[in-house]
Amino acid sequence: MHFTYLITGGNFTHAGHASSQVKRILKQLNVNPVTIKRIVVALYEAEVNVVAHAYRGNIDVDIEPERVLVLITDEGPGIADIELAMKEGYSTASPKVREMGFGAGMGLSNMKKNSDKLIIQSQVGQGTHVELTTFLTQ
Amino acid sequence: MRIKDILTIIDGTVACGNNRMNDEVETGFASDLMSDVLTLQTNNLVLITGLANVQTIRTAEVADISHIILARNKKASPELLALASENNQVIIECPYSMFKTCGLLYNAGLKAIY
Repeated sequence: MHFTYLITGGNFTHAGHASSQVKRILKQLNVNPVTIKRIVVALYEAEVNVVAHAYRGNIDVDIEPERVLVLITDEGPGIADIELAMKEGYSTASPKVREMGFGAGMGLSNMKKNSDKLIIQSQVGQGTHVELTTFLTQ
Repeated sequence: MRIKDILTIIDGTVACGNNRMNDEVETGFASDLMSDVLTLQTNNLVLITGLANVQTIRTAEVADISHIILARNKKASPELLALASENNQVIIECPYSMFKTCGLLYNAGLKAIY
């Protein structure tokens, strides 16, 4: 099963809309609630990151019996130092993002904690690609 | 602790979710930082926050939180209420500071998560 969602950078009104849709789908598929929460928390943090930092992005969700793969690809400034960005507390978020309750430098670490496999690739000036894998059979 | 008892304790007003006044919550968590809320593993908690925007509702939805208290006399916008209503969440507006709101609820027996 495959689903695609578009994200518009800067549009905080819709930030989380895709995560909400994915949550509903996973519930309908009777996925374990604890697993749903992990997948959706990681996805939501990623979605907020795209809204907060990028110009636009795509979310591709691929659901198979043994795992859920979420790909988030954005066009944006990219991440210069991924290792540094992974550190809790490090953030380049704007005051606007902080007003929304984010921007404390916890997004990437929350994504890591809530996925079984996290891959981040980024090119400065072009964008970022994130892969979140969660296994359903564990 | 029942939601209707929480209303009395904090002099709160229901802005959304009148049909869930007999719901019970065991614990409370207070934060304006939504990423902190997303770290919680606990279920059946009430979120106390001064952040009254749509992201509060989205975060609560993602974190499986159905009961939200808006402290510091923050008011729910129509946009916020529309989303909360769609999610069947309870929104309570409270005139007190976050500190006082938490203090009253803790004193009345609402447990902390950690």
